[in-house]
Amino acid sequence: MGMDSLIGGTIWDEYSQKVTDLMNNPKNMGEITEDQAKTMGAKLIVADFGAESCGDAVRLYWAVDPKTDRILESKFKSFGCGTAIASSDTMAELCRGKTVDEAVKITNIDVEHAMRDNPDTPAVPPQKMHCSVMAYDVIKKAAAQYKGVDIESFEQEFIVCECARVSLSTLREVIRLNELTTVEQITDYTKAGAFCKSCIRPGGHEEKDIYLVDLLEEYEKEKISKAADASASGADASFAEMTLVQKIKAVDKVVDDNIRQMLVMDGGDMEILDIKENGVNIDIYIRYLGACSGCASSATGTLFAIENILKEKLDQNIRVLPI
Amino acid sequence: MKIYLDNNATTIVDPYVFDEMEPFFVQKYGNPNSLHYFASETHAPLKEAMQKIYAGIHAPEEDSVVITSCATESNNWVFKSIYNEYVITGKKNHIIISEVEHPSIIATAKYLENLGCNVTYLPINHEGIIEADMVRDYITDKTALVSIMWANNETGAIFPVQEIGDICAEKDVLFHTDAVQAIGKTPVDVQSFNVDYLTMSAHKFHGPKGVGALYMKKGKELTPLLHGGSQMGGYRSGTLNVAGIVGMGKAMEQAIDALDFEMSDIRELRDHFEEELLKIPDTFVVTPREKRTPNTILISFRGIEGESMLWDLNRSGIAASTGSACASEDLESNPVMEAIGAEADLAHTAIRFSLSRYTTEEEIEFTLAVVKEAVDRLRGISSSYAYAPEGHESGLEAH
Repeated sequence: MGMDSLIGGTIWDEYSQKVTDLMNNPKNMGEITEDQAKTMGAKLIVADFGAESCGDAVRLYWAVDPKTDRILESKFKSFGCGTAIASSDTMAELCRGKTVDEAVKITNIDVEHAMRDNPDTPAVPPQKMHCSVMAYDVIKKAAAQYKGVDIESFEQEFIVCECARVSLSTLREVIRLNELTTVEQITDYTKAGAFCKSCIRPGGHEEKDIYLVDLLEEYEKEKISKAADASASGADASFAEMTLVQKIKAVDKVVDDNIRQMLVMDGGDMEILDIKENGVNIDIYIRYLGACSGCASSATGTLFAIENILKEKLDQNIRVLPI
Repeated sequence: MKIYLDNNATTIVDPYVFDEMEPFFVQKYGNPNSLHYFASETHAPLKEAMQKIYAGIHAPEEDSVVITSCATESNNWVFKSIYNEYVITGKKNHIIISEVEHPSIIATAKYLENLGCNVTYLPINHEGIIEADMVRDYITDKTALVSIMWANNETGAIFPVQEIGDICAEKDVLFHTDAVQAIGKTPVDVQSFNVDYLTMSAHKFHGPKGVGALYMKKGKELTPLLHGGSQMGGYRSGTLNVAGIVGMGKAMEQAIDALDFEMSDIRELRDHFEEELLKIPDTFVVTPREKRTPNTILISFRGIEGESMLWDLNRSGIAASTGSACASEDLESNPVMEAIGAEADLAHTAIRFSLSRYTTEEEIEFTLAVVKEAVDRLRGISSSYAYAPEGHESGLEAH
């Protein structure tokens, strides 16, 4: 938030000059016919992606040399806004001259970078990043068609945020390492969710299989189940049911946290000798050290204080017996 | 040439309105609620302005037309006061609106929904109109308020406010109408219609921005949204926007004077414009012309995404609008296009042209030429009209 977000602005003002120029005069817009491809001795590939009903659609034409797999000519037609047309144009340009295998490596981020006027200023406003994703997807579709393989075979990993190309495994790792709890934090760390925002939660521009909120929920559940495991094996479990070692550890912790300081202030200390069950009672045998040994209060006030703290923190049936 | 065809978004301030407002900035800048001369010299102009506003909607003097800061405030006020009065107290818990209301109604209704109020969103029919009988079907004894706009901002469709008002009166349910798009475009009369509350906004009828009003029928007055120094009879605190009120009054007077012109000449100009646009192949309009405000056209050009069309128009100095994908920040398709069940592939192609009494024939002819050129260029780029080799299975249809 802050001043910039208060008045808002027209997204057109955030388009780079290159985007504007390409929208006004697309350079690679056009078609390749069967005949034209034949003349080049090339194989014609026509791939579609998107849909008018979704607001963006693109048709990509490639003439590919079957001997070298090289894309000799690359053209597009696009239904969409200015950034969709400019992205498609740039994508078609980037494909030309590359082999199909090289073209598949072009990402939407390459497309967006190619449209920048200077390296540090984004070519399009965040909510327009998804237009370049379409340009990326149609390349894979064309390549799959050329190679006669399934489009999924080009996906090395599962991408959750397509605009920023952040994978599921990266997101899971970053969330856990940094103990993230909000979408804003994820965006700060990874840029996922910073652009078209479709990946944040259901209801955005595109439907997704996994949303950022799902990943946060997954981590939250994991933390809860971990905490449950910890408490089952640790401090919060019933004191009476602990093993002797666990009991001594638990008592030690209470002494360290709540009791020792009180004794040390008076020049004394204590140690735990043993813990024994005696009927319903749990007897904790201790030995006073330093100034405490021989102090009058060590059998009365101080003892009651120690016993009460242990009772409150661990179990009502505790008795403290100094030796 | 700069041509403004986005008058449903806002309008140019009528120069007479501007003249009338001008003295209240540097000369007559008093606070009307003070005791001295600076205050008293504002009283007669304010009173005159209020009379013009009352006259504009034919409100009797016993009713209240409370000046607000905008239509959004007026709409919020109605909904939040009804919530406080009926829902919190447990008397009633249900509000009926249409699914194509302005965001200041939809968002407020959703806010109240989160607070426990039930909201019914009535769908529009294939002509983009709410059917009055539907309101009757959904009213229950728990319904506190029905709020249906007088005219829709996207299509210009005029809703059956009279019938809906009658149904609400019969069922003893409060009726509010957002008349922002109706003032100056169609006769608005709160006495012959059963309207309890009515919202208006000065900048939609050649008045200044930052002034709106809420009409409240006598006996149906709402508790205030803004508390403070008890201005506006205690209904709406805040120092009176003297220049704004004076401007709204003058704008209302001008709008009423120009209503016949709007309903005949501007309608004719709009109709001519629309007929010429429809000569372009594969173009579609939504609501029948006679059921629309006289200034509005919502038209689809198949194969051309709305923002692209706006882009080309803008390059030639023409301002129009689209609520559809890409143009707005939320990237959703035009809600009205979705609601009327337009073919899915047209959902992102709608363009709204909205004229005003300042629109000239020359401007329309120029715009027609630009639109035709833009359609040729953009359909040339569009994948919708693109070549595909024989046997190509298009992946563009089913998605």
